[in-house]
Amino acid sequence: MRIVCPFCGERELGEFTYLGDAKPQRPAADAGEDAVYDYVYLRDNIAGVMSEHWYHGGGCRAWLKVTRNTLTHEISAVEPAAGAGAAKVGA
Amino acid sequence: MRGDQANRLNNGGLIDRSTPLNFRFDGKTFSGFKGDTLASALVANGVKLVGRSFKYHRPRGILTAGSEEPNALVELRSGARREPNTKATTAELYEGLEAASQNRWPSLNFDVMSVNQLFAPIFVAGFYYKTFMWPAKFWETIYEPAIRRAAGLGRAAGVSDPDHYDKAWAHCDVAIAGSGPAGLAAALAAGRSGARVILCEEDFVLGGRLLADGDTIDGLPASEWVARAVAELEAMPDVRIMTRTTLFGVYDGGTYGAIERVNDHLPVPPEHQVRQRLWRIVAKRCVVAAGAIERPIVFAGNDTPGVMMASAMRSYINRYAAAPARRIALFTNNEDGWRTAETAIAAGLQVAAVIDARPDVSPAHRSLASKGGFSVLHGAVAGVDGGKGGIRKISVSLSGGARAEVEADGLAVSGGWNPAVGLTSYHRGRPKWRDDIAAFVPDGAPPGMVAAGAANGAFGLGACLREGFEAGAAAARDAGRSGSIGSMPVADDEAFSLTPLWHVAGKGKAFVDQQHDVTASDVELAQREGFESVEHLKRYTTLGMATDQGKTSNVAGLAIMAAVSGKSIPETGTTIYRPPYVPVAIGAFAGHHRDENFHATRLTPSHHWAAEQGAIFVDTGLWKRAQWYPRAGEKDWLESVTREVKAVRSGVGFCDVSTLGKIDVHGPDAGAFLDRVYINAFSSLAVGKARYGLMLREDGIVYDDGTTSRLAEDHYFLTTTTAKAGLVMQHLEFCRQVLFPELDVQLTSVSDQWAQFSIAGPKTRDLLKEVVDPGEDLSNEGFPFMGAREVALRGGLKARLFRISFSGEMAFEISVPARYGEAMARNLMIAGKPLGITPYGTEALGVMRIEKGHVAGPELNGTTTAGDLGLGKMMSTKKDFIGRVMAGREALTASNRQVVVGIKPTDKARRLRSGAHIIPKGETPGPDNDQGYITSVCFSPVLDQWIGLGLVERGRERIGEIVRAHDPLRGEDYDVELCNSVFYDPDGGRQRG
Ligand SMILES: [Zn+2]
Repeated sequence: MRIVCPFCGERELGEFTYLGDAKPQRPAADAGEDAVYDYVYLRDNIAGVMSEHWYHGGGCRAWLKVTRNTLTHEISAVEPAAGAGAAKVGA
Repeated sequence: MRGDQANRLNNGGLIDRSTPLNFRFDGKTFSGFKGDTLASALVANGVKLVGRSFKYHRPRGILTAGSEEPNALVELRSGARREPNTKATTAELYEGLEAASQNRWPSLNFDVMSVNQLFAPIFVAGFYYKTFMWPAKFWETIYEPAIRRAAGLGRAAGVSDPDHYDKAWAHCDVAIAGSGPAGLAAALAAGRSGARVILCEEDFVLGGRLLADGDTIDGLPASEWVARAVAELEAMPDVRIMTRTTLFGVYDGGTYGAIERVNDHLPVPPEHQVRQRLWRIVAKRCVVAAGAIERPIVFAGNDTPGVMMASAMRSYINRYAAAPARRIALFTNNEDGWRTAETAIAAGLQVAAVIDARPDVSPAHRSLASKGGFSVLHGAVAGVDGGKGGIRKISVSLSGGARAEVEADGLAVSGGWNPAVGLTSYHRGRPKWRDDIAAFVPDGAPPGMVAAGAANGAFGLGACLREGFEAGAAAARDAGRSGSIGSMPVADDEAFSLTPLWHVAGKGKAFVDQQHDVTASDVELAQREGFESVEHLKRYTTLGMATDQGKTSNVAGLAIMAAVSGKSIPETGTTIYRPPYVPVAIGAFAGHHRDENFHATRLTPSHHWAAEQGAIFVDTGLWKRAQWYPRAGEKDWLESVTREVKAVRSGVGFCDVSTLGKIDVHGPDAGAFLDRVYINAFSSLAVGKARYGLMLREDGIVYDDGTTSRLAEDHYFLTTTTAKAGLVMQHLEFCRQVLFPELDVQLTSVSDQWAQFSIAGPKTRDLLKEVVDPGEDLSNEGFPFMGAREVALRGGLKARLFRISFSGEMAFEISVPARYGEAMARNLMIAGKPLGITPYGTEALGVMRIEKGHVAGPELNGTTTAGDLGLGKMMSTKKDFIGRVMAGREALTASNRQVVVGIKPTDKARRLRSGAHIIPKGETPGPDNDQGYITSVCFSPVLDQWIGLGLVERGRERIGEIVRAHDPLRGEDYDVELCNSVFYDPDGGRQRG
């Protein structure tokens, strides 16, 4: 599999580390235990198009949001995480 | 068996008659020529019997001339380089080649196990499942050893492979598999377009079937056309031709696996060269021009030596000038097979008869028969009379029902052609059936891949060139290349006519899969027993599961299944195709990553100095760390380690701790960021101070710990454990980029940039005074415990100094740029000599941390909470941090959790061992009353006894209680006392002094 890193270009799978479902959002500090439980443990396991977190540890160390079809490994989009690169969000 | 190349034809062939090569087969010496394969040289020497079959030990000869060969497998080479199951049909001949036939004892000619044929009924389909079901214990003791002796292929060398294997990447616009007419035409079109092309050919010569079948292209003899095409391709700077290279697999994103047999054609690879190289080729487009495989017709005795595929016979005669037989019969169901009769006549061999399953043959062939003086029999081969010496007589059942006999010493068989659909089917593409050619053709190929020529079911030479050229041009265009492609090579298309025939009913064993000894009646039996699905058929009979992956047998097998189950062939379907297309040595997948190079080795900055001191090194992840420094006269590691600990506790010692992960955290929000990743606060840390920090996973379990210092308002220096260095960096980047993108903070890994030494012991300041610039204040007031700042060293070098202690002694850690690490170690030794400085290793480090009750890897084991480690009070209640909410869950805060506690044996002389279970006194050990275990142990020089740390239920409430340490693994059981985990200097006065 090959992933087009927005910073480094097209690179092979071995440079990346997979984390998993990119959908869950970390709850706010006061969200309560149930919300955090859902965030930590409840994951979709989609047979089809899924948004995933990948880390370009063998390259620029950016966290990427990769849209991948888990049935065909076809990658339709790669976006950097909000805070990837040098700029802080909203700066 | 005749020697002296008696079956070598006088003229022709692509062999170099000026370069004779001697070789040995089963101990007998033969000769061949450069350009031969082992198989063609054996054919030239009249050797017909080359092996014994897998189950029945039947005599077998050479069936094909390519990588689809099921029978002619040999052990190539000897000793450590012995390679079993090597196809004689693809093994290039070299001077001194040694090969041995397989699965025979004591010799190929006289094989004791051929009696297996008499017990054939027990070897029928599913015999593994049926015969040996009961009693179960007989399987291991009697059946399996007996089967292993009786059935099998070659023997592995049994010793380490002395050769090197390599792995490499290549990138191109168009990858082409196969260099027959379609592949060469594709390469010409793509190359002329300006595309970067990689052309892979598994053979050692380019040309594919043209090498055996000749013909005319662009008005030129095929060999002349091939030579011109290759010359044109070689002149193109962006075309790379790789012979001896098989494209074996297709992976996601246009990545292809190829195996290059770099030096398999030599007895031993030249010095500093590899035997094989595994290529990962990234190509925008791929043209599969892998050709087609001629398929057998299944009839009784079809495995008799002398029965050969018709196309293979043409290869041996035309390409290698080697006659597989003197008097040849041909059994065909199609027009193409007749070319073998033409070839035989042209080579001056006799044609005994052509048995054609079709109702009619063309007038041209009829006149060929009358000119050649042989008869054309309409019907099918019903049986073969022969044995290990080869064929003698062929019995034919004629269409009208009558029988005929043909005397011949060779039988060429052509059942038509199967496109090589492997590569196009590896992503679950299912080949589709084409009635007009009675064959499966590629369908559903992976993105970017297209089949052309015979691989796509286009069997005519003209069609091969046309499809290949067009596919090459389209692939280049898709890859963005638009140069002029010039004119397309042109040739005539041969007539195509085929009457499907898969199996001729008859008496005697008729083999579908010759390598696994699967017969037509095995397929029929599988159907009767309900194993009708092709995937069941495959596993029940083992059809197609041998090293050839059923290249000559799968389609025939499912055609027979279709016939007996009353379905059509497409309804019956194909099994799933999986790579590799040809066997690939595990060594090639491993490449250089074996033995000491299995993974990278990381050396600490002071490694070479430590090696000079005679240090014993231990592998810690990728690192080699000095474990202890033995001195002359010391009888074991314990004596050395005890000396090192005593030296530190009474004087001064130093240890390279550069393996710790080190991360610079910069930015106005650096403190806020650390507050969120550590359980304790860092934004409140004063500049110039260090603090111990603990990180949790989001599920509330401890992740990592380390000391982090504030060097400036917006600059922290964070350390991690050695083991988690990379993972913590990844985790922190996740926090920074994904969870908290609003924070203005940057992370820089500086693990490799700083050499760091721990200097510990009451004489530490005396040593540092000799190293650090005299202007720096190292007094307790000027540099208090947990102080951290940049200092100048004598000579001007800037270093970072941290007053932190893992050993519990007065201690500093000093960081210098990594390139000064070795000099620092040498300098410390010189400066510390009057103080009796002692370098210490990881063992002494570990002893001192256990004496101090510090937790490490065995306690930070992925199941413990901060509370379990006795660090629960560090958890801030004033801020949110990773893991805060989940750490508060009932089970993680339960009062009966196993927590860190000190452990001492009641018998002071007793040695502790980690892993022993803690059981309440007076109870029988068992899972119900298992209260934890000993995690870390050491011999404490301070206490002069073994001590340990453990995770024990309610441990901290039970200080002073005597419990049982139960160690069934080592057969030990003894009493221990639960005690305070800080064994040494519990109030910490020494490190603050
Ligand atoms: Zn990148």
